Amino acid sequence: MTLARRIIPCLDIDGHRVVKGVNFAELRDAGDPAELAARYNSEGADELVVLDIAASRDRRPTFLETIRRVAAELAIPLTAGGGIRSVEDARAVLRAGADKITLNTAAVARPELISETSLEFGAQAVVLAIDAKRDGDQWMVMVRGGRDSENLNAIAWAKQGVALGAGEILATSMDRDGTKSGFDTALTAAISSAVSVPVIASGGAKVPEHFAEVFTAGRADAALAASIFHDRIQPIRELKEFLSSRGIVVRLPC
Amino acid sequence: MKITLLDYGAGNVASVERALERLGAETKRATSPECISNADALLLPGVGHFEALIRVLDARTLRAPLCEAIHRGVPFLGICLGLQALYEASNEAPELTGLQLLPGRVCALPPVAKLPHMGWNRLVIKSRSLLLENIDAEAYFYFAHSYAAIEQGQETVAVCDYGTEFVAILEKENVCAVQFHPEKSGEAGAEVLRNFLRLCK
Repeated sequence: MTLARRIIPCLDIDGHRVVKGVNFAELRDAGDPAELAARYNSEGADELVVLDIAASRDRRPTFLETIRRVAAELAIPLTAGGGIRSVEDARAVLRAGADKITLNTAAVARPELISETSLEFGAQAVVLAIDAKRDGDQWMVMVRGGRDSENLNAIAWAKQGVALGAGEILATSMDRDGTKSGFDTALTAAISSAVSVPVIASGGAKVPEHFAEVFTAGRADAALAASIFHDRIQPIRELKEFLSSRGIVVRLPC
Repeated sequence: MKITLLDYGAGNVASVERALERLGAETKRATSPECISNADALLLPGVGHFEALIRVLDARTLRAPLCEAIHRGVPFLGICLGLQALYEASNEAPELTGLQLLPGRVCALPPVAKLPHMGWNRLVIKSRSLLLENIDAEAYFYFAHSYAAIEQGQETVAVCDYGTEFVAILEKENVCAVQFHPEKSGEAGAEVLRNFLRLCK
């Protein structure tokens, strides 16, 4: 039996609020995290991701409070990340109510963070988030919210992350993020065939056809999007019905 | 009736607590042997490594009161690792002994599909299940694990197929356990918990 392909709304959090931006810039307010969480929980989202885009030390208590408020609304899994630098940071996020953490910049700087958190909380709790940007015929890893480039191949990094204990890869295309021109299916397909864990595709979604593409040609196990869900451009149930009509297994009724 | 949750530091205690409270149940966290001995109903949540669970149970001397309560007929629900802990042992930590309430070993899922088995999957019902009362046979449940009880017994009422069939729900007298996370499985999961609460009465 196959697992249902997951539809995952993502809340980018700045303090107490959900924000949205284009290519990781030009932020604007997109609502209250707990209200959006409750809506997605009842509309059939399969999971929710919350990311602390500020990821600064002094704002940490605010983000943890947001996780608690969001978790209280959910009967589906919650993934939280942004600024996790240690096992203790991860523990605080999980204790606040998240089921999984995402690691990004700090794992690039110190890959052992992946094995440390995986040993402590299990591989199923550790998602390696990779922000990838196309460079010629390959994808390179970007860090610090997509601002800086690392001399690191995204596919090789995904493989290394899984070898170190990551249980899932969240692959964001920096080229597509915010553009609404469709997922980078070549990127997700390349990662999906390189690793043995589930891959979440992110960046560029607008229409149901984009999701169908990323689940077929892109070989993604889950697809993540933000503004099309926040702005009610794309109702989740309708999206799932479309995917189901294309023969893609999704959780319905949800 | 209060549901006593074994709190050994696992991540999902709070989620299970919230899910039960949403259904109107009273909950209590147990960290000591006395709390377990005095419980009306017990729930063992769990996510993560078999070793972490068994080591804490033993370090806090919770194993004996837990097994004793189960033998006395106290309603019990195990979730995820809480199901796996009921067996003799797990290949995830072969040197440790499980609660030995059921025969057999917990094994790694075969690497024919992506692991961890993480996401929403359906069940194959083997016999009448009290936990699945009023639930659509096609319902999806949320799984997040790499190890599972692959040998089926009389108590296996539902399995899930992911590379191989494994125990998804077991029910044996006062003991119930599920490999999926009812607290994360939307409406269908809430119904499983509601059915457990009904069994506790």
